[in-house]
This record gives sequence, C-alpha cells and structure tokens, in this order.
Amino acid sequence: MAGPNRTPLHKDVGFLFILVLSVGAATGVYMRDGWDRFRAILIDDAVLWLTVLPKVAAGVLVAAFLRILLPKEVVARWIGERSGLRGLFVATLAGAIIPGGPMTIFPIATALYLSGADRGSTVAFITAWLTIGINRAIVWELSFFGAEFVILRTLISLPVPILCGLAARMLPGRTEEERAADKAKPKPEIKE
Amino acid sequence: MIVLGFALLLYVIAAVMIGMVARRDRSLVGQGFAEAKDQFLAILPALTVGILGAGFVAALLPPELAETYLGDGSGAAGYAIAYVIGAVTPGGPVVGFALGAAAIKAGASVPIVVVYVTAWALVSLNRLLIWELATVPKKIIVERLIVSAPIPILTGLAVSVFV
Repeated sequence: MAGPNRTPLHKDVGFLFILVLSVGAATGVYMRDGWDRFRAILIDDAVLWLTVLPKVAAGVLVAAFLRILLPKEVVARWIGERSGLRGLFVATLAGAIIPGGPMTIFPIATALYLSGADRGSTVAFITAWLTIGINRAIVWELSFFGAEFVILRTLISLPVPILCGLAARMLPGRTEEERAADKAKPKPEIKE
Repeated sequence: MIVLGFALLLYVIAAVMIGMVARRDRSLVGQGFAEAKDQFLAILPALTVGILGAGFVAALLPPELAETYLGDGSGAAGYAIAYVIGAVTPGGPVVGFALGAAAIKAGASVPIVVVYVTAWALVSLNRLLIWELATVPKKIIVERLIVSAPIPILTGLAVSVFV
C-alpha cells in the first residue's frame, strides 16, 4: 500500500526474508561458480527487471484510480446485508478488484462483517483477495511468472472464493448471541 | 508478445479510468498520480531484490533436487511438500512468487508450484499472525482456515488436468 502506513522496509519480515535469501544465494553462486556465471545471471535478471517495470507502473496507475472511482462506502453497501448467493458473488468481485495490502483488506473485511455481512460473504471477500486479487496478479505474479501461468492459475481459482463462502456458511455453530457479541466489540479503525 | 499486449491493455484501462476521474473532479487526477507514484516507489525495493534474487536462488538449487521433490514425477509427496513450504513462507506480495518462479526455473512442475503459491496465499502463517489475527475476529479466521485447508491441493489437481 502507498502512504505513510506502509511497513518500513527494515521491519518488513517478507522483505528482509527475501533480501537475506537473495544475498545468500548470490554469494553462494559467486563462491561456487565464479564471477562469469554470477555476471551472466545478474544480466539476465536485470533484463527481466527492466521488462517488468512498465507493467508495474501500469498496475499501480490502475490501482490508484480504481481506489478513487470505487469508494469503500459503495462496496460496503453492496454486501452490507445478508444477500444469499448474490452476496457471495459481490463479495468475491469486491475482494478481487479492491487493490490493497493486508493492512487495508483485513480491516475492511472486519468492518463489512461487523456492519452485517455474514461469515460466508466475509470469507469469500478475504479469499478472493488472497487467491484472485487482480492487483496482486498484475503487479506481482505477472512479474515473476509468464502470462500463461497467471491466467491458468487465476481461471482455475475463480470458483474458490464462492466455494469457500458456501462452505463457511455450512460450518456448525455461531448463534445469533455470538454474532451480537462480536458486534459489541469496538470497531477497528479502517486505515487507507 | 502476450505480455506486451497485456501491458498495453493495462495502459488503455488506466487511461479510461483517468478520463472517468477527470470528468468527475479534475483535482482528483493529480491525487491519483501521486498515489500511483507512492505505491510504485514502495513496491520497487522488494520487486528489485526479489527478481534479482530469484535468478540466483534458481541457479543455486540443484536441478535434481527440485525435479525429484517438486517435479512431474514427485506425486502426492510433492504436493504435500509444496503445501507445507507454502504455509511457512513469509507473507508479503513478493516472497511466494519469487520462490515459486525460482522453483519452476529449477525444474519444478507447474501444478506443484500452483499448490505452493495457493498455500502461501491462503494459509501463510506469517501473514495470518501479523495481520489477520490483529484485525479480524478469531471465529472468522478459524472458519476461513477450515474451508481453505483443502483448496491448495484441489487447485493443483485442477491445474494438472490442463498442463
């Protein structure tokens, strides 16, 4: 996510992990195979990096203007009520197209749940963001895999959020009292 | 070529959306570009390190190892290994994709990498502990994990029908 709420790099576990792994692997290649191999791999990767940048730029442009065109209140209204299968479809669509990181999506999901979305819609929303999020697929997945891989994986995963939402509705438990108790908890702040 | 066409399509979509925003309120266009720039700069470090690192990780992985444990012939064990590694891979948008791409370069099969990427997306313990636990009611988290548990395997099997 953009803005001051982003995790600083030195606290970003994912980034630190990949940094240590990359430096370690690069050192390993240099020690084992020498400078020529090291340089060849570096040039290959640099070319890939250059071809990826325009895609990333396009991705963040789409994400930024989508955020302006789709205010959160509108999305909340669409899946704000118990709405059967249609609610699952709308939740899935919303999860797939709303750009954002975990610091945005999980609080939005909680806000939707606390304002009346059922567990099926909430699970469908989170699952859609995790498995078929368009922003993630375009900016990140496409950068690392070929288009065929991304398209095949995404098409196969399309029904997954709906199935997870339906399955969540069939799980036992959850009385109306528990639901009311959840609602009584203080609402988390939604950070942009 | 497909990728190039895809990038072009994205720019067309972006242009249309910018036009829609401009018609609504011209001052929002500048805000959109500023947000896009911020996000681009925020993404850049992880993307750079991830792409440069993936090549070295792939070069370092012995091809026999990736082929034996994650290749076409690895069967159910390959699915299980990919699932577990996916669950313990840290979250954040770059790690799972970078490692998955490295595994494919080193000889892993596409369905097994799909199992890995899906497990990492759905049940990454690190993302769950850091972000989801902090913001989402625990019942929802438990229910989401229960219904998500079989999904990585099912997705991998479905992909294996097509490749």
